[in-house]
Amino acid sequence: MQIRPRLDAECLSLNAAAEAERIARYLRTMLRDELRRRGLVVAISGGIDSSVSAALAARAVGAERVLGLLLPERDSSPGSLARGEQLARHLGIEYVVQDIGPVLEAIGCYRWRDDAIRAVFPEYGEGWKSKIVIAGGVRGQFNHFQLVVQSPAGEQRQRRLGVREYLQIVAATNYKQRIRKTIEYFHADRLNYAVIGTPNRLEYDQGFFVKNGDGSADVKPIAHLYKSQVYALARHLGLPPEICAAVPTTDTYSLPQGQDEFYFALPYQQMDLALWAYNHGIPVEELAAALAVDVEQARLVYRDIEAKRRATRYLQLPPLLLEPVAEIAAATAGTGK
Amino acid sequence: MAAATKIRAYILENYLFTDDETALDDDESLIERGIIDSTGIMEVIFFLEQEFGVRVDDEDMVPENLDSVRRIAAFVERKRAIA
Repeated sequence: MQIRPRLDAECLSLNAAAEAERIARYLRTMLRDELRRRGLVVAISGGIDSSVSAALAARAVGAERVLGLLLPERDSSPGSLARGEQLARHLGIEYVVQDIGPVLEAIGCYRWRDDAIRAVFPEYGEGWKSKIVIAGGVRGQFNHFQLVVQSPAGEQRQRRLGVREYLQIVAATNYKQRIRKTIEYFHADRLNYAVIGTPNRLEYDQGFFVKNGDGSADVKPIAHLYKSQVYALARHLGLPPEICAAVPTTDTYSLPQGQDEFYFALPYQQMDLALWAYNHGIPVEELAAALAVDVEQARLVYRDIEAKRRATRYLQLPPLLLEPVAEIAAATAGTGK
Repeated sequence: MAAATKIRAYILENYLFTDDETALDDDESLIERGIIDSTGIMEVIFFLEQEFGVRVDDEDMVPENLDSVRRIAAFVERKRAIA
């Protein structure tokens, strides 16, 4: 009888040195054989995923063939830019800093967002901050979203978002990721480089990205790695301690917002374990024991994973064709979407 | 028009793009059929609040209340009864 390993953090252990080498080799092969580009563009947020991706890019093709882009806007935390610059200098890659705030202002990102917020909180205005918080999924309810606003005096108010306001806030906010991607491709075209997408497995699997925004890329070298594994690679690659210790945030809303309160049901260490367990058919009782929650709670976590896959399938779909164009399908077979 | 009829018509028209009454059974799970997801359910709630004047609270947002035409109709009736 096959003995299954105990469900704990060990399940996610990996040989970081071998994995870093495997990814670097893959990037070189893809650039040479499929993408036919001379280097890599990476947008660096100061978070762990883009930092590891940039380090892997530099390892793959040499620092001189990697361009880092730091693209802060009005709601970015200053610490993110500082960590991004620190990383770029650490890796020895060329980098460009461009404040995308004026572009977002001109295109109406902030105005559309604030109009929707004011439909919920008419008092929202200059000096106020906001964020969206997910609710429901791990309580057995349908996932829905709460809008949190904070007055200049620091008082917080929270209310459930109706569908129209929710969609408008998200659509406006998605401008941030889409404008960034436009700039990434400008530099990629200018230099004849390819664009790296930086989702980890949790983000990729659960659809935590903006279609044609951060979801768009030529290659996604860490999409197969759980978040804890990305941290392990960061340590192996010797990234600065500030980056290895960075807490995952969205850095997208003006109030601080953890990824787990915006999207994932659990902090990433537990979410990693839950997704790994789900993918390996681990009974819900074992997950409950590993997370130290009751069985019903663990069942809801599994259900939430399924619900998010279902809800974000649209994000993963390529443009649909009425019938395949066989000649083109054959030419791109085996390279992924 | 009974609530169930209005709800079914709304779902047929807006989610399934059809007026074929046989395309959706009143007891079918809207989730399992892949007809609604979390955004879809927010749209259903908006419809219920506009059409029937009911208020949907956070704790109401469970499959037991909203995962089929029959369940939604029963939920609306319960809400109206206590309003």
